[in-house]
Amino acid sequence: MTLTLNHYLLVSGLLFTIGFAGVLLRRNIIIIFMCLELMLNAANLSLVAFSRFNVGPDGLPNFNAQVLVFFIITVAAAEVAVGLAIIVALFRARQTTNVEDISSMKF
Amino acid sequence: MNPLLFWLFSLLMLGFGVSVVVNRNPVASALSLVSSFLCLAALFVGLDAYFIGAIQVIVYAGAVMVLFLFIIMLLDLRAEERRKFNKVAFFGGGLVALAFAAQLIGVLGKHPRGDKPFPALNLPPGEQLNDLKHVGETLFTSHNLPFQVVGVLILVATIGVIVISKRELK
Repeated sequence: MTLTLNHYLLVSGLLFTIGFAGVLLRRNIIIIFMCLELMLNAANLSLVAFSRFNVGPDGLPNFNAQVLVFFIITVAAAEVAVGLAIIVALFRARQTTNVEDISSMKF
Repeated sequence: MNPLLFWLFSLLMLGFGVSVVVNRNPVASALSLVSSFLCLAALFVGLDAYFIGAIQVIVYAGAVMVLFLFIIMLLDLRAEERRKFNKVAFFGGGLVALAFAAQLIGVLGKHPRGDKPFPALNLPPGEQLNDLKHVGETLFTSHNLPFQVVGVLILVATIGVIVISKRELK
């Protein structure tokens, strides 16, 4: 059995679904944040699979997609830093990481 | 990529992904996330994206996960106690996720363009794919402005993190 693009897209979609389900089902804000990272990585996997699938006339993969993955990883790293700083500030103010306890807009 | 290796790493990655969601202990979730990212890096290497696989290990499995574990231990989070189980939210969320997966499988089943094997790379004889060189060339020639903007973004994020953590919330 040979691997096709659809195999990679299926695995990437399932990883995205797992992250999506985690965001919907879990109540701990740090776990929700980890599940966001899972969804970003699912997008990265499909981008790299498309890059390898579209071999150009020079016989090389399409490197534009890999540059986009590079940008996604960079932005995700910045996002994690800011998000975790917000979570720490939130924890100092409310002593909780459960999203059900953080329902008021102003405190 | 060898199909056996593909299935091995995909199933490991999805399994660890599920374990991120179902673990009650945040440290166990974070460690499952590292394992999931390492399997994903193996899939990248199987797709001839060696550079992306390397930065996946360095940035995600290294830097980001250290940050996550550091915050979990700083906040001293224990395994969350069992709360009142919100049935409607649980089944509603599960239903939405399952419907999403079903849609996705349906769409991929009717996607004949993707149902072809990966074309072989056309490299000069005796040469390995030098993907770092090509990614670097693409990055610094056709995507130079976004690259500079990302540099500014990281600077802004650094300053923002310092401001957020310095301010006394009353």
